[in-house]
Amino acid sequence: MPPVLELKGITKRFPGVLANDHIDLTLHEGTVLALLGESGAGKSTLMNVLYGLYTPDEGEIAIRGERVDIAGPNDAIRLGIGMVHQHFMLVPVLTVTENVMLGMESIKHGILLDREAAAKRIRDLSARYGLDVNPDDLVGDLPVGIQQRVEIIKLLYRNADILILDEPTAVLTPQEVEGFFAVVRTLVAQGKSVIFISHKLKEVLALADTIAVLRRGKLVGAADPATATERDLASLMVGREVILTVSKEPAHPQEVILAVKELRVRGDRGEIAVDGISFEACAGEIVGVAGVQGNGQTELIEALTGLRPVMTGTVTLAGQDITNHTPRTITEVGSAHIPEDRQKDGLVLGYPISDNLVLNTYYLPPVAKGLVMQEEVIAERAERLVKEYDVRTPGIFTPAGNLSGGNQQKVIVARELSRDVKLVIASQPTRGLDVGSIEYIHSQLVRKRDEGAAVIVVSAELDEVLSLADRILVMFDGEIMGVVLADEATKEEIGLLMAGVHPGTQEAA
Amino acid sequence: MDTILNQEKRKARTMGIIFLVFALAVLLLFLPGTTGEQQTTFTFTATKVEALALPDLIFSTQMGLYVLVVVIVFLGAWQLAKGFPNQNLILGVVAGLFVLAFLAWAARDKSMNLTGMLESTLLRSMPILLAALSGVMCERSGVVNIGIEGMMLAGAFLSALIGSVTGSQWWGLLAALAGGGLMAALLAVLAINYKVDQIVAGTAITILATGLTSYFSSRYLQTNAALNTPPTFRPLQIPLLGRIPVVGPAFFNHTFVVYLAFFLVFAIQFMLYQTRWGLRTRAVGEHPRAADTLGIKVFRTRYINVIIGGMVAGLSGAYLVLSSVARFDELMSAGKGYIGMAAMIFGNWNPIGAFGSSLIFGFADSLQTKLAILQVPIPSQFLLMAPYLVTMIVLAGVVGQSRPPAADGAPYEKE
Repeated sequence: MPPVLELKGITKRFPGVLANDHIDLTLHEGTVLALLGESGAGKSTLMNVLYGLYTPDEGEIAIRGERVDIAGPNDAIRLGIGMVHQHFMLVPVLTVTENVMLGMESIKHGILLDREAAAKRIRDLSARYGLDVNPDDLVGDLPVGIQQRVEIIKLLYRNADILILDEPTAVLTPQEVEGFFAVVRTLVAQGKSVIFISHKLKEVLALADTIAVLRRGKLVGAADPATATERDLASLMVGREVILTVSKEPAHPQEVILAVKELRVRGDRGEIAVDGISFEACAGEIVGVAGVQGNGQTELIEALTGLRPVMTGTVTLAGQDITNHTPRTITEVGSAHIPEDRQKDGLVLGYPISDNLVLNTYYLPPVAKGLVMQEEVIAERAERLVKEYDVRTPGIFTPAGNLSGGNQQKVIVARELSRDVKLVIASQPTRGLDVGSIEYIHSQLVRKRDEGAAVIVVSAELDEVLSLADRILVMFDGEIMGVVLADEATKEEIGLLMAGVHPGTQEAA
Repeated sequence: MDTILNQEKRKARTMGIIFLVFALAVLLLFLPGTTGEQQTTFTFTATKVEALALPDLIFSTQMGLYVLVVVIVFLGAWQLAKGFPNQNLILGVVAGLFVLAFLAWAARDKSMNLTGMLESTLLRSMPILLAALSGVMCERSGVVNIGIEGMMLAGAFLSALIGSVTGSQWWGLLAALAGGGLMAALLAVLAINYKVDQIVAGTAITILATGLTSYFSSRYLQTNAALNTPPTFRPLQIPLLGRIPVVGPAFFNHTFVVYLAFFLVFAIQFMLYQTRWGLRTRAVGEHPRAADTLGIKVFRTRYINVIIGGMVAGLSGAYLVLSSVARFDELMSAGKGYIGMAAMIFGNWNPIGAFGSSLIFGFADSLQTKLAILQVPIPSQFLLMAPYLVTMIVLAGVVGQSRPPAADGAPYEKE
């Protein structure tokens, strides 16, 4: 029997980039093929070609032995290809039924939407594949784990047999990841074939039947999950030996730098997002904040950096009360902030690197003399920092928007950490970066700790928090569920805390 | 959950207090100016057609006001103590009672025709309603149409010209639809294909339409009466319904264009929520990329909606000419397109909501004329502001914020 899907010599060029370079892939029925690679390796491009969003420049696609042309999502859907995108393609204000039926609506009496018929099919699919989704719920009210299942139902509703799952675990807790794996296994057992895109080595090894590794647009190897190790995969992915753990000495915490007492903060919709949090961070330690996204971490960081008003409670930085002070005051007292969304809050994308590097000091001597900015000082500083922080750029006047994600992040790190600061707040500092940049940014954060700063790292990646932090706060629903020491904690323990369960109690999640 | 519950409670309490404030306003603003002997007369005569007559309502102004205050206070107290299940409806009732109190005060020692008031409210709200519906059509698919004003002018101009030349109001109507649709097609090309800022593109369309219609109007229409005397639509009284007192003359004795507008309100509401077209339109306006990945043509959906929206704006212009004054004048839309956009926002991008807020704006408009006749001792400019102020306070503070479609105004870029 021919394979379900075969890609032969797929090549896709963008101006100046060869995104996919003669890629061959084979997917057999009822198996999971993992596509592993760093960001920018060409995984998404390849899948967009398969889903008809891009037209390949060369190469061909065969489904069950027959050559096909895929000109758009409609063709892909008709051929049984479905894709769950990394960022969910769901309309929050519509119900599950409406989201699922969208584009393939059931109609009664000629023009009326037949919501009941669609809901019934959703219930059937949900029962058959163990998905547990209620068709009448409003999608915006559902937790991400369930939203992901809605996405999967969308594919099944369209009778897809080839399911492409793009970084599906990025938004899930460890427990939800287990549930997700179970769903994938049920799908495969019932004859569906899955392409699983990821850069998480452990998950790939746990789920895949075959592994294909992409690097810089090329297929650089295949691996058998039965025999491959994480280290093998990592070096295949990056093209050199990689240190997967962060190398650091034990911490020597000194005096308290940041003291947060009974902090209460509202979220965007007026809800209490941070609910009475107290903690301290000391000089010379890295405090990790773990938690599933959306449990108050963002609001906590914004409150600490002066970007969001504090309702009640106090924040003290180096003995000075900074509650509800402006970001500028807080920066001047000695806080550095690497924001969560580097393109929105970290950089002015249209400004050159040199100006981005002085965004927090442009009004102070020596960068400014009175009201006039000193271009020479700025240029000189930029040259120095670009070299020191290994920013790969054609020049210091290149707009920040033209850099890759890793280099953009290095510009922010250079700007924030090149000052003498007492506190470093890094929010998702390595999200979406390649392994090389991750290594570098981790080493910079550890360096700052060893120089005597208090460092707070918020990350959705449990592995990152575990390897980088000395002490870990786990947030759930706006509260601190528990504080654990990084060398003593286990992933399971933290995972339960992230889901709102105290490991000591026997309450089921 | 706890916080949401608290918010609900707070909202209910605020609502109750607002009711009491309305009562207090009646007490402080209207009662001091009245004496025991003054009487208010409300009449219910239809101005244009026969309807079953109602006797005039004559009552002591002071007594009437006291009764209204008592009713409003009771509603407020009940809201504070027990709470109404549908508090927005009660809010509407209270606002209505407040307006009634105002009218009773304004008409003391005089007589006011409530039926006539309602008739003129409706007539004045029509162009606003159609403009608002045009906005709903466009913005639900994610395109902000600030060129409604221009599309109205184009529609009005063409309906006058073509109506006069052909001697048929129907051809005039069709020409207005075509004119509005064409202007909208231009907006669609600019905003959807070329991703021009939608505010800029819409403004440009209004300026273009203003310039073109003013030029041709002053050059040809004003100098040649044969080109500017279109036949008009005659009011059609609906049998039975049209004879109901008050309601009949107000709602069931109108021209074809008005009935068409009524029909459009309910048709668009129904289509948006119950048909494939509506589901797709809303999806495209909320999250175009999601729609795209499901094979829905985002550009095509937006084109269709914007062009239909433009035709509705053209209809609004045709109303001004063919259902109202029977001639085109420069700048005759007089900002109604923009007020229509406000009505759309107040109506939370819903056809029925837009209808409600258009009526409020139409009422404000007709109130101004009425009060001028009654010689109320308040500068008319202040009176004019009142309904808008009330609407704004009510919507901002109590009913909850209106929420635009998430992708409203954002051009869609294919990957």
